[in-house]
Amino acid sequence: MESVLEFFYLHREAIFIVILSIFLGVEVISHVPAILHTPLMSGANAIHGVVIIGAIIVMGHAKDSLSMILGFLAVVLGTLNVVGGFVVTDRMLEMFRKKNKK
Amino acid sequence: MNEILSFTKNIQFSLGDATLEISYVIASILFIFGLKMLSHPDTARKGNIWAAIGMGLAILATLLFHRMDGEPIGNLGFIITAIVLGTIIGWVVAMKVKMTAMPQLVSLFNGMGGGAAALISIIEFQHLARLGEAVSMGSGLMLAILLGLMIGSVSFAGSMIAFGKLDDRIGDIRNPIMRYINIGFLLVLIGFIVYIMTRGTIMPESMLPVLYIMFIIALIYGVSFVMPIGGADMPVVISLLNSFTGVAAAMGGFLYNNQAMLTGGILVGSAGTILTILMCNAMNRSLFNVIVGAFGGSAGGVDKEKGAVKEISISDTAVLMAYSRKVVIIPGYGLAVAQAQHLCHELERILEEKGVEVSYAIHPVAGRMPGHMNVLLAEADVAYEKLVEMDDANPDMPNTDVVVVIGANDVVNPAAEDDPSSPIYGMPIIKAYQARNTIVMKRGMGMGYAAIENYLFFSDKTRMLFGNAKDSLQKLVTELKSL
Repeated sequence: MESVLEFFYLHREAIFIVILSIFLGVEVISHVPAILHTPLMSGANAIHGVVIIGAIIVMGHAKDSLSMILGFLAVVLGTLNVVGGFVVTDRMLEMFRKKNKK
Repeated sequence: MNEILSFTKNIQFSLGDATLEISYVIASILFIFGLKMLSHPDTARKGNIWAAIGMGLAILATLLFHRMDGEPIGNLGFIITAIVLGTIIGWVVAMKVKMTAMPQLVSLFNGMGGGAAALISIIEFQHLARLGEAVSMGSGLMLAILLGLMIGSVSFAGSMIAFGKLDDRIGDIRNPIMRYINIGFLLVLIGFIVYIMTRGTIMPESMLPVLYIMFIIALIYGVSFVMPIGGADMPVVISLLNSFTGVAAAMGGFLYNNQAMLTGGILVGSAGTILTILMCNAMNRSLFNVIVGAFGGSAGGVDKEKGAVKEISISDTAVLMAYSRKVVIIPGYGLAVAQAQHLCHELERILEEKGVEVSYAIHPVAGRMPGHMNVLLAEADVAYEKLVEMDDANPDMPNTDVVVVIGANDVVNPAAEDDPSSPIYGMPIIKAYQARNTIVMKRGMGMGYAAIENYLFFSDKTRMLFGNAKDSLQKLVTELKSL
């Protein structure tokens, strides 16, 4: 019990961020038209590629070879998520934009 | 993280630290604005780029200014190699893939993120083990590691299966037992977390084998979680796994007290969940229903008088269309598979030249992802205004002379409205049966993804045009030109 309270107290700011982010996420996308569901999903997919920061930190402090190998893999996977995600989303949206111009 | 925070006075505050945190704040703001802009057609592309800039900033700032216990990021050469490698592969794959294969690609990239989250948890645990000190297992830090591992692994394995299914490499396993197996897996995984966390203060090393077993079970659970879910529900699953990965990334945020990871992860987690629910609503199914995989389990149904299927020739179709006032095209995944969206646009252009009013009625879940059809038709230069959403298209159906159903099935199945025993009962459909004539382009009499009979095909007003959508459209276009 004590450790739970300690965790809550030490991370109270993070917990605030979590709660507010939940509402923000709901608010930000609840009025999205159906045609944008795919690009939006893809864009959100790219944003959770932020996990790459964790991969960089872990790799940056890796000392032994096992951590190095796994960390290297984690950074590659994270980069794939970020780069692939944003590029695919851009490709999808490029088509919509072309249409709007005409 | 607790341990470090109790030594706060030892942490030195430098310009680099401040720059790092400011970068994270800016990155978070860019993520939020990016996501907001992504939900409007006009600003969507800019929104995506803004979010990408935010990501770039966060990554760069981490590489340059991140310190842990005063130590800067090491192994820079390896990290940059990994980033360059990932960038090249990701860029090439994303640029080369066909628009029809977009959904599986999103799934693939989603899996990569989940895999990264799981690896981070494993490395962090190994790191604890190597310190050789007894650690309290009942800490929030441990919870973040274990949840990151579990959610990340499930998301990784699940996304890979979803990718395989959408790519038609993997079939479904539909067995009611699967749902009990899955509930069992979930309970076992929760059991693992409880077990590890209630060990008290011990050497983390002794828990490593348990952690590896948990990792493997989580991977298996990811596979069995997605296996029973039908292909038609894949978009919902991808969206759900997408929000899972978001939560797994946020666990990393707890682990490193990293606000950018926390905001980005949770934002995607909650936005992804809402998007999942929106998609479920479009199909009139509960999320529980989708996950449990009840679909197609009971493919009973009232045996109606089927009547005979009536075929129509290409030339008759051409004549019928050319002398119509209003033609509505209902595209489905079959159109995407046949890569016939360009021909579809050509058909539309020729008909318009002949004074026929042509529009497209798009079901929210047409294709394999919501909005997938819009993307495909946009690729073929179909004007944005011609794409009518289901709710706006339906009132006009009785005034429509010809409805052309191309490679769609379940989304026009009247059983959704009048057969309570049908598995798709209650799903909103495009009311193609109300139109004066219906032409269905189909490869054969095979059933749709939901594997249920479609009585629209046996209606007196319906004519079937069998064959590959691309060939049929090609012939139709040639025929119309010569009229």
